[in-house]
Order: sequence, then structure tokens, then C-alpha cells
Amino acid sequence: MAKWMSVAQVKEKIEESSAEEVTAQYLEAIGKSKINGYVTVSEKALEQAKKIDAEGHDGPLAGVPIAIKDNISVVGLPNSCGSKILESYIPPFNAHVIEKLLAAGAVILGKTNMDEFAMGSSTETSYFGPTANPWDLERVPGGSSGGSAAVVAAGEAPFALGSDTGGSVRCPAAFCGVVGLKPTYGAVSRYGVVAYANSLEQVGPLANNVADIAVLMDVIAGYDRRDSTSIDSKTEYQKALVEDVKGLKIGVPKEFFGEGIHPDVEKAVWNAIHKYEDLGVSWEEVSMPHIKYALASYYIIAMSEASSNLARFDGTRYGYRASGENWHAMVSKTRAEGFGAEVKRRILLGTYALSAGYHDKYYLKALKVRTLVKQDFDRALSKVDVLMAPTMPNPAFKIGEKIEDPLTLYLSDVNTCPINLAGVPSISVPCGFTDGLPIGLQIMGKPFDEPAVLRAAYTFEQNTDYHTKRPPEVA
Amino acid sequence: MITKEDVEHIGWLARIDISEQETVEYMEKLNSVLGYFGQLDELPTEDVVPTYHVAEIHNVFRDDVMEECLPQEVVLANTEHKQEGAFRVPKIG
Repeated sequence: MAKWMSVAQVKEKIEESSAEEVTAQYLEAIGKSKINGYVTVSEKALEQAKKIDAEGHDGPLAGVPIAIKDNISVVGLPNSCGSKILESYIPPFNAHVIEKLLAAGAVILGKTNMDEFAMGSSTETSYFGPTANPWDLERVPGGSSGGSAAVVAAGEAPFALGSDTGGSVRCPAAFCGVVGLKPTYGAVSRYGVVAYANSLEQVGPLANNVADIAVLMDVIAGYDRRDSTSIDSKTEYQKALVEDVKGLKIGVPKEFFGEGIHPDVEKAVWNAIHKYEDLGVSWEEVSMPHIKYALASYYIIAMSEASSNLARFDGTRYGYRASGENWHAMVSKTRAEGFGAEVKRRILLGTYALSAGYHDKYYLKALKVRTLVKQDFDRALSKVDVLMAPTMPNPAFKIGEKIEDPLTLYLSDVNTCPINLAGVPSISVPCGFTDGLPIGLQIMGKPFDEPAVLRAAYTFEQNTDYHTKRPPEVA
Repeated sequence: MITKEDVEHIGWLARIDISEQETVEYMEKLNSVLGYFGQLDELPTEDVVPTYHVAEIHNVFRDDVMEECLPQEVVLANTEHKQEGAFRVPKIG
């Protein structure tokens, strides 16, 4: 069995052999892993595959294995969110996306490593240790869905689910040389996904090619009344897989090519834009003057929402509990011992930004800046169909290189977090390499216009071979 | 600028114990991030409406009818600290 397979190839393989054999081979690859991509491997995966072989299944993913980020609830598997405070927590219900996957016949291989509570861009803040980038084991896979991206890149799952609050699907996709989509806000239910910053995040797929992203979106997207921000767009994602970009208008926002961008990243992204010219479309420069304020706005909003969301982890109903002579002492000690340093920093900053006397200066200001950033997107996307830019300004950095200085790490989200403020869809596709490390092209679109984004990404992929390259260290 | 007393105060608000040594560390790191946030001050926003979230939907209601929920023993399964069908915690004061 080839180590890297598309979903279509996995389905062929299941036809030829069995779901059990395919799952067993992925489990074998996971057993030999060099990257620490999984925090839990499901003991029920083989059983699930056998059941599909025995009983048959007519779902679109019958017997196809998938990896799930460790903040998406799966009954019976720990949902630790990369944190000590939830190390022992086993959810009693499935997330909406898991219900959809199981109904489609997917086999869940296990839960993947992540930055603690999805707070990070490197997967280094996980309580379970960092995940290695399959392209260079001394480097980070990006984050926070680093485990999901890395296992796909390493051939330890055909595809995976992550979540994207400020770039957490697209950053690791770019760093690991895979495809990752942040859907439009509201397109995929967040029910059963542990909240970090609700107004910003979406569950998103990671895969080795654009077609598999569309396959997964057709399964997981759609209305769910348990998420009050869920919207039924009735989008048909696989129908967007058309190899033709004629008539598509591309905008290039110069603000995404700012100071500090790696010259090879800039070159690779421009080469990609010129590739579209070869394919018969032109591009125009667009200006988005408030993008430079997006990062500060994003972090204030994300931290403020986090300080509220993470208040529920108090040792009372589940997870880690420290002892204390009274309620306040128990809760304060539980949280001091249960959360890691970065999570505590973000809760403290968020608490400060919402506290009496500072609310208007930080939180309200950030929400107003969010409006200006969103207006920039509205204006730019009224002239063009898609925007193109680098996903990350730099390739994957070394493990340990940035972790001591939070602000330096935050700055790496400069090109991904504006998208979450605006709620628009955005995909990262491989578009080149520098010193053996992958580079990602980011394609953004109008709300619920994933079809334009997917069409642009698919056409690029069909006319280039970056997505076929595999990391030599794990081959 | 955030002071040591501010760190202690927000630590209490957030219910996170912070040691004397950590207070100084937090003060430095939080101030560096807050310094960066300060750049927003240069942008005039008096007439700008805040965006809390981008979905153009408000007040999503469901019918007020009883639905099935998780059984009590399942809800209590994730903790050892329980008694007579309830979560057991230390006294408040």
C-alpha cells in the first residue's frame, strides 16, 4: 500500500482488500511514527473498520480513516486539548462533525496533538510535548493543529480535521506542505468543539490535495441548530472542483507582503500568481489599509473570549482538580497547576482587557478595528473574486526558537488572523519550497464562496506538482 | 503599563494562583504584549461600530419543549468528587 493516498485511492484499496486492512496499515505507520503527531490512538479503529467490512456501508467515506484534532469531542476518546487540566476528560457526546463523519462511514484513527487549547502557532505548548515537522524533525509543524497537519504530511492519515481560530489550520498546512481550509464562519457547526474564541473559530479539513478537502467539506458542513451561529449555505463543495479559472478575478493585497517576509516565500507566491496568468487570468493589486492593525485586534478579541470560555475549567465536573481549603482556593490552584504558561498568559491578558477601566481601551477598540478590517475585505472582494497572498511569511522555524518570546510567536500569525476577523473562507495550498521546507499560498474568498476558492486552488494544483512532493525523513 | 498589583488583581479575577516570582515574569511578558496592542491607539475609531461576530444572525431561539439529555451517571462519570447524584466541591468561604 502506498503510504500517501488520496481518499479516492483509499476507497479503491478498500474495494480491493478491506477497510480493516487499510486501517491496520495506517495504524502500523502510526506505530512507527517519528513525529509525535497523535496523543491518542483509538483502540476501536480496527473494530470500527471490521464492522464496516462485515455489515457494509453506503456512506461517502465508508471505511476511510481520519485523524481528529484533540479539541473535537469523540465519545470514548480523551479530549485533552493538549492540556493537563483535561488529560483525563472523556466526552460523553460527539461533536456535530464527528456525528457527520461516523454517519458517512469514516473510521477514526485517533486524536492529534495541538497547542494547549489551540493557543499557539507551533504545537509546542502541548502538555504532551511538541510534534515534529515531517520535513525536518527539528522544526515545528506549525499550529495549533500541528498534529493533524503533520500526520497527513507523514502518511499517518489520509486526511484530518483541525480547527482554525487565527490560522490554526492554514499555518500547519503551509509548514507541513499539505492543503488546509478555514471555512466561512458559520459553515461548519462548532458543537462539541472546545471553545477558545467562539466568534473567530471554525473546524477545518487538512488533506494531501484540494479534492479531498471538498470531499470532507461535503460531509461536515451544513446547518446544526446546536450551534447558534450555524448557517445553511447549501454549498456543494465537490462541484467546485473545476479545472478552469477563466473569468476569475484575482486580487493581490500588498499589505500581506510586509516587512520580514522571507524572500523565497515572496518569490514562490509571485510565481504562483504568474502561474495563474499562464492559465489565462490576470490579477490586480488591491489595498487593505487596516491589515496592519489586524494582529493586535485579533489577539485582544481572542484573549478576551478565551478568558471567558476557559472559566469553565474549574476542577468541578471533569478534568484535573487540586485540593484547597475552600472553593476559591481549590479553583485557583486547579487552574494554576492545570493550565500551561501560554494559556495562563492569554487568560490573564483577556481578563485585563475586559476588566473595569480597560474594557473600552482594549476590547471595544479591538472590536471597532475588527469592523475596519472586515470593511477592507468587503471592499477588496467587491472588485475581485479571490485574494492571494502568502499563508505564512516564513517557513517552519526550529523547535524552541520562538517559544520564550510570546510576541515574536504571535507575529507569525500576521497573514492568517485577519481572515478570522472577517469570517471569510481561506485555503492554504503548497506552492514551493525553500531549503527543503514547504511554502503555502493562501487563497481567500467572499463569505460562503468556497467554490471560487476551491476552484482556484484545484486549478493551481492540477497544473503544478508541489502537492505530490513527500517529506524524505519519514518516507 | 501593568504593575505587580495589577497582575495579582487579574490573577484573582481569573482564579489563577500566581506566585511572587511568577508575578514579575507575568508583568514583563504581559507588558510587552500590551505595548504592541497600544498601536491601535493611533487609529481613530470614534464613529466605527464594533463587530462582535460576523454572522448576520441574531437571537436564535428554539421551541420551549423538553428534550432528551444525558443520563445523570454519564454526566458524573468524569469526576471522583460526587455525592448523591451531585458534584461535590469544598465550601465557598
